[in-house]
Parts: sequence; C-alpha cells; structure tokens
Amino acid sequence: MSKIKVVHYINQFFANIGGEEKADYPVTLRKGEVVGPGMAFASSFGDEAEIIATIVCGDSYFNENIDKTKAEILSLVKDLSPDVFVAGPAFNAGRYGVACATLAAAVQEELGIPSVTGMYEENPGADMFKDKVYIISTKNNAAGMRDAVKKIVPLALKLAKGEKIGASIEEGYMPGGRRVNFFEEKRGSERAVEMLIKKLEDEKFITEFPMPDFDRVEPNPAVLDLAHTKVALVTSGGIVPKGNPDHIESSSASHYGEYDITGVDDLTESTYETAHGGYDPVYANEDADRVLPVDVLRDMEREGVIGSLHNKFYTTTGNGTAVASAKAFAAEFAAKLTEDGVGAVILTST
Amino acid sequence: MRLEMGHIYIKDIQFSEKSKIEDGTLYVSKEDLKEVAIEDEKLKSVSFDIARPGESVRITPVKDVIEPRVKVSGNGGVFPGVISKVDTVGSGRTYALKGMAVVTAGKIVGFQEGIIDMSGPGADYTPFSKLCNLVMVCEPADDIKPHDYEAAVRFAGFRIAAYIGELARQTTPNDIKVYETCTFKEGLEKYPGLPRVAYVQMLQSQGLLHDTYVYGVDAKKILPTILSPTETMDGAIVSGNCVSACDKNPTYVHQNNPVVEDLFAQHGKKLNFVCQIITNENVYLADKMRSSDWTAKLCKMLDLDGVIVSQEGFGNPDTDLIMNCKKIEAEGIKTVIITDEYAGRDGKSQSLADADAAADAVVTGGNANEVIILPKMEKVIGTLDYVTKIAGASEDTLHEDGSLEVELQVITGATNETGFNKLSAR
Amino acid sequence: MVKEIERAGIPVVHICTVTPISMTVGANRIVPAVAIPHPLGNPALDRNEEKALRRHIVEKALKALSTDVKGQTVFD
Repeated sequence: MSKIKVVHYINQFFANIGGEEKADYPVTLRKGEVVGPGMAFASSFGDEAEIIATIVCGDSYFNENIDKTKAEILSLVKDLSPDVFVAGPAFNAGRYGVACATLAAAVQEELGIPSVTGMYEENPGADMFKDKVYIISTKNNAAGMRDAVKKIVPLALKLAKGEKIGASIEEGYMPGGRRVNFFEEKRGSERAVEMLIKKLEDEKFITEFPMPDFDRVEPNPAVLDLAHTKVALVTSGGIVPKGNPDHIESSSASHYGEYDITGVDDLTESTYETAHGGYDPVYANEDADRVLPVDVLRDMEREGVIGSLHNKFYTTTGNGTAVASAKAFAAEFAAKLTEDGVGAVILTST
Repeated sequence: MRLEMGHIYIKDIQFSEKSKIEDGTLYVSKEDLKEVAIEDEKLKSVSFDIARPGESVRITPVKDVIEPRVKVSGNGGVFPGVISKVDTVGSGRTYALKGMAVVTAGKIVGFQEGIIDMSGPGADYTPFSKLCNLVMVCEPADDIKPHDYEAAVRFAGFRIAAYIGELARQTTPNDIKVYETCTFKEGLEKYPGLPRVAYVQMLQSQGLLHDTYVYGVDAKKILPTILSPTETMDGAIVSGNCVSACDKNPTYVHQNNPVVEDLFAQHGKKLNFVCQIITNENVYLADKMRSSDWTAKLCKMLDLDGVIVSQEGFGNPDTDLIMNCKKIEAEGIKTVIITDEYAGRDGKSQSLADADAAADAVVTGGNANEVIILPKMEKVIGTLDYVTKIAGASEDTLHEDGSLEVELQVITGATNETGFNKLSAR
Repeated sequence: MVKEIERAGIPVVHICTVTPISMTVGANRIVPAVAIPHPLGNPALDRNEEKALRRHIVEKALKALSTDVKGQTVFD
C-alpha cells in the first residue's frame, strides 16, 4: 500500500524564518520538504504516511488578507491532492490559530480533504472552528509539541483512512457539539459516586454533559382579528389517520405527516390514532381530539370565533426525535403554512 | 438494616427431567416451568429456551430480565407485595443466582420492547449478553387487552424466577456479602466526620405499560419516600414498564442497582450512605412539582450533604430530573445526576428535553440515537415480526442480508440511567 | 418546532402539560394542558364535560394568541 500523503501548514515562526518582524512573509510552497514541527510529525508517521509538502505563511500576511490567502492556499492544496491536511499546532498563538483553523475547515469543507489542527483551548481559532473541524487540544506553548504530535498523528491517520473517529475525550479533540459514544473504563454508577465525592470535597470534577444554552426567538405580535384569521393545528403527539399510512416512527421520527381534514368535524376512534411511543396511547386512540382539538375548533369556525380552521394539520412524534429533525420538519411546514395564509398556529404536545 | 447476600454462581442452564441446582449448573424441567408459568389463564402458552453468552442468538421482543432469588431468613419473601405477602424486606439473608437471568419475551405490547444479542456488536451494549438466560416466550390468550397481557407476562416471569430461586434454598452460597445501613442517630455517632449521602431513584410511572411497582404499589400513586437500600437489593422494586428498551430498568437492574452497590462500597469510608429516596415521573405537571418538592424536602430533613439522582426513560422525565436536581441543589445539597442522551443520529442535537445550570455534575449513559448494525443471528428466540415497530427502529431497519440497522434505543439496557454500563458519550 | 413556526413569522401558542419543557425549548405563548396522555381531554369526565374542558383550553390558547407578550409567558 502506498503511503498516506500529508500536506502540512505552518507559520513563519515555526519555519524558522523569523518572529513578529517576518509576520508578513507571503505564502510559500515547499514541495517535498519537511519543515520545523514537520520533523516530529514525519518521525511519528513512520512508514504509514509522508509529508509531501509544507506550506508556510506569515501570520500577519494571512490575517490581513484572509480571503485572498485562503484561496491561494486552497488552490495549492488542491493541486497537491493529499489524503489529509494538517495545520499547526498553533498552541496559544492567536493569529496562527485562526489561520490553522480557518484553513483546516476550508480544506475539509471546500476540497473534501479531511483535516486536523491543534491549539490551546483559549486560542480564538478554537472557538471559531471547533464545531467545523477536529481541533486537538494542546498546551499553551510549544513545550507541548511532543504531546500535540502524539494526538494529532493518530487522528490524522484515522481521518486519512476514513476510519471511525471516537469521542473527543478518547481522541483528544475539542468537543464541537457532536456527541459520540464510547466505552468508559468504569461503569456509570461508579463514575457518579466518584464525581459526588469530588464535589463533596470541593475538588475539581468534570461533568460528562455540560448544560446547553438554548436559543430564543422573539414573540410575534398578537393576532388582531381572530374572526378573520386562518388557524392551523400542529402536534408532536403523533396523531395520524388510522393505520399510520406514512409509517411515522413511534420514536425518533424521521419525517412528519401532513393530513387533510377538509370536512372532518371530529376525530374518532375508527378514523384517527397516535403513533407516539412515549405515552400511554389508550386515551388518544379512543379520541384523538384529546390531543388535536379538531372538534372544538370546527365549532368555533361555525360560530365565527375564528376565521377558519386550516384544512391541513401537521404531525410528528416528539418522542426521542432529535431537535435538529424537529427543527427541519417545522421549518419546512412553517413555510407551507405561510404560503397557505395561516395567521396563527396552535401546537399541542403530549 | 443488615442484609446478607449469598451468591450462588450459575455457569450453565440445562433442560432435564428434574429441576435442581448441582455444581453450578441449573437443571430445569420444562414441564415444571410450564406449570408454574401458565397458571395465569391470560397466557395461552409459554415456551422456554436457553441463550448462553457468545451464542449466535437474538432475543426479542424482550420485556423484563429477572434474577432468581430466595429469601432464606429474615422478614418477607421474594418480590414482596407481588409474589410474596407484603412484609418489609431488606434484612436477614437472601441467596441470589448470579450469572443467570430469567428473560420474558413475547408478542409486542407497546412499541418499546427490546433486543438482547448474545454475541456480535450488539452484545457489547447489553449487560444481559453476559448472562446465561432462561428465556420464556409468552403467547397471550385470544382477545386479551394489551395491559392484561403485559401484567400476565410480568407475573409469570416473577413466578418462574421465584420457582428457580427456591431450588437454591438448600445450596451453600459461593460467597456471602454483608450490607448494613444505620439509623439516623447511629449514623451520626458512627460516622461523625463523613458526608451524609442518599440515592434518589426516579421510577418510571408514566401510566399503563410504563410503570414500576414498589411492594406491589404502582409508583405513580406514591409520594416520594424513604427505603433502606437493602430493601431495593431484596426485591422491593420491580419493573412493570415498556419504556424504550435502552433506558428502562428491568427488574434485574433494581435487584442489582449499581448506584446502591457503589455507594455501599464507599459506605463508612468516604461517605455515610444514609438511605434511598424513591420518587416518580408522572404525567401531570402538579405531580412532577409535588414529587420534586417532596424529594428535596426529604433530602433537607435528612440533613444530607450529597445525593445521586438516577432517571428512567427520557423526554418529559428529563423535567423531573432537572426539577429534582434544581430543588435539591437549592437546599445546599450537592447533586450528581445520571441520565442518557437523545442527541440525534449524528449526535448534533440537544441531548435532553430540559436543562438547568444547577445540573453541573452529570454522568451520561451515552447517546441512544446512535445507529448500530446488528448482523443476522443464527437463531431468534421470540419473533422478528415487530422489529420495525419498536422504538429506535424504522421501516428501513431490516436489511436484505438479515442484519438490522437500528438505534441503540432498541437494545435492552444499552444506555441505562442507573449507571449499569460503561457506555458514555462526549 | 414551536420556535421554527415563530421564526417563520406566524404567532404560535404551545399547549402542553410539561410547561417547564416548553419554557426550556423556547415557546413564547404557553398554555398548560391536562396530562401527557390526554393534553386536551380527561377520560374521567363524560363526553360533554370533556368537550367543554377542551373548549376552555382552546379558548385560552386563542386568548394567548390575541395577547401581545414581551418574553415567554405561561397563560395559567
């Protein structure tokens, strides 16, 4: 098997060209050369991989002309067509970190070549790109080079070979908002007891799941004239026509249902049911109005309380369904609702 | 309370004419077992099979997993209020048959029964692949309501476990472990310098087919209360639920609750394991508020310094978990919670339905949405008829080569929230 | 889902039992429901009473939709 081809990116400092005074050093391709930290990488890659080229660029040069420099380097990498692109590591050097992370993300995204970089967790490049590309967490200065190489090399090899990448804690990259399973050495209860003892003794402990920040949307203004508004019904309670014609899953739904209720005055046991697997379905199956109040809204439509009940309802099962899926479903049917002139939505959940 | 647990290690199970335990092998007569199981008229038939670790066997749809035990001295009997008369258990001596379990399986009731693979990649995720399993596949009588069938299977499983446990009454256990908790005053005198710690266990109680029983009482009807952890070890809590297979607590998990075991391991050393507090996960908001209020109040009245809270299931119970955590922390009591995650197949979604900054110490059993391919097994105990219907499966689950593409959700015990496994996520 | 509908510019009210989850996921107009398996019903009541109960909750939801809110609001 031929060796894995690696292209390595470093700044002027690590290329031994100079410090701040040489930060305006332009993009230079050194084909076939292994430069600076590349030595440590090369020896660690051994027979498995080789650095086919090193790209050097001054930190100021990069950051002052980001778009242009990025394009220039991307075209170099594209021509070299490596199996994996390695940038840095940048440790706590801010502009270098931004350059490494920007390039690694761009090479991966735009050229489809797997990429990895490394830096200190407080490097601004980390926050900007850790959700887009693997960034190995390193010490805050070059004394951490050996350790950084030890983590970057195995990850680079795995990426090049298209192997499964483990959890952040196993591989040493910064968690980027993607949860990955792995087996711990101790079972959960033992970890919980140890964590509690640390917490009781005021020692440092690391939670396995940091609490998220939730994003917020500003409320829309109130509906002014209900009697002339088209109201639509949406539910995460999984109400579907009897027999679940679209096979909406009982949990972790992969799609949503859109059903026409033109002329339907009441949801009955023989016509509608729930596909939701997370709650006792008996009551909803007996009378789906208990989840999706079609009967009441039809009355209100007749009485003129509301303009009309929209003739379609949207449904999915909230149970175990990923937030991203739910979000995608809703974005899609919200557009349809807007198009259909719906002025207000009642969303029911179980 | 002082409980002596005698362990009898079972290396193999064999069918034979006569039921007995000899040299670490359990011999059972199918005829005897059938008689015990079919006692209930709601079951039409019950068939038995054996699944051993490493075999190319898939058991599905799995309902419950039970460890056979016998109470040899002290108050009460096995599964008090369910099989034995109501009496407070948790003291005296109990023998447990280690290394084996009774697994109940049969026609699907809800959506949420699970899969146990005895070998292959799936086996790594279920703790029950390491046990020698006596599987009972139960056929319901005609025209029976789902919840009546569920109850019938549940009781049949307990009867079989009790019957097998009884075979061990005269056996000498391989080892005996002693577990002892103190009363409030004793604890203060005996361990004056140690932090007072309790285990708060949330019991699934979402309604019909999603329930747990404590001394035979449906847990949705309880107010949070105190148990000696030895009562839990002695079978006071049993499963009656069909929550997603990955994070429901089968009866086996209650009997061998790992938080109880691991807190006992530190009892008298790093902490004083004061008691267990049980609470529920009900469907009414008022219940959720009341139960979490009460749980926090009990923690305060017991002068606790720390608690571990374990969850069961997911979705709206995430709110019970967060409420418990928030309210207990607000009393100045340090809290660690154990949960699992539904972060989507790609791991990028919000893991929990609820969150709060007070939950700063979380142990996770992993992402239940992660997809796994379960290769075809040579033998299926039960039926694959429902395999596309269970939670965590879809229309595309069954591949042409017989393998299954499923979420970990389908695997019994995979992301258990009492910390039964080593699986985690970051 | 509720946020995406709001984002699309349509006023939306969330009827749900576990209002704390609704708060966490970011609904702005929230109306409490009866219970998880039957948010807009109560099998213990007779059919007419139950429908009246459902109508009452839907009326509350419509009132929420007709009310301007600043931040997340639960209409008890």
